[in-house]
Amino acid sequence: MMDFIDIASLLNFVMLFFLVLTALAVVHVKNLLISTILLSVFSLLMAAQYLVLAAPDVAITEAAVGAGISTILLLMTLFYVGHEEKKTAGNLFVPILIFTIVGSALIFVTFYMPEFGAEFSPAQMHVAPYYITNSPEQIGIPNVVTSILASYRGFDTMGETVVILTAAIAVMLLLGRFDKKDES
Amino acid sequence: MNEHIIVRTIIRVLVPFILMFGFYIQFHGEYSPGGGFQAGVIWAAAFIVYSLIHGLEDCMSIIPFGLVRFLASFGVLLYAFVGIVAMLKGGEFLNYSVLTKDAVHGQQLGIMIIELGVGITVFSVVMIIFYIFGMRASS
Repeated sequence: MMDFIDIASLLNFVMLFFLVLTALAVVHVKNLLISTILLSVFSLLMAAQYLVLAAPDVAITEAAVGAGISTILLLMTLFYVGHEEKKTAGNLFVPILIFTIVGSALIFVTFYMPEFGAEFSPAQMHVAPYYITNSPEQIGIPNVVTSILASYRGFDTMGETVVILTAAIAVMLLLGRFDKKDES
Repeated sequence: MNEHIIVRTIIRVLVPFILMFGFYIQFHGEYSPGGGFQAGVIWAAAFIVYSLIHGLEDCMSIIPFGLVRFLASFGVLLYAFVGIVAMLKGGEFLNYSVLTKDAVHGQQLGIMIIELGVGITVFSVVMIIFYIFGMRASS
């Protein structure tokens, strides 16, 4: 058991190290094509991290959307805007100041968060016990994530689906051409 | 892209497996991680990968733009339709328990149909965005 915990924390350390490294590289690299590929690597590492945090549903989404689809969409965008980053105009003092304040505030607040998997944290005390205890006899499917998403929170999921449809409508209105050629 | 024989061969072998994996994620979502959202993205990824080697026109002849535009709305309507059927059967909107005589069975049926709706919508939306970007690139 001791060995397992050590391996898990070692894995966490290595993955978080590479996450930070990739994030810094994305900002540092001037070629946008390389940035996009690094973002894809970042998403893949993030997916592995979600898997370690016992959230496989989120991990699949991150791997498929973050590492797959969004990389392709970014690459297609680069097709129009070119590969080279433009020179940053103006003073960088204000952005760096905002970044430092917000970043240190976030890190400071992290120390007050409940530990990962803490039993009596507010997130575990609210509706989660009801879902977990009642899902087997009310819904009867083993994956509680699906039963929460699709049944207990079915209305929210419908809203999410409508949001996704709205994204497509927005892209069609902004970028689509409405001549007869598209009507296939 | 005729000269990239390794890419072509690998993609040709992989595409059916990616599609099949999408179906697994969709219909096994009640037992294992996954569901409509992930399945839709994986289906779209299979077609996007296909269009990388065969070109956008080939892909559009399999899944036409008009079809994905129809399917995007169809998925949402399928979702809402389940809610309205539940209302007609005397329950609340999206209360799947009243869909069939057995409440648990009704829940499972409802979840399966709405997940299918989510999957269809997500697949179509990703394809729409991909098609529109691609059509601008080729024009």
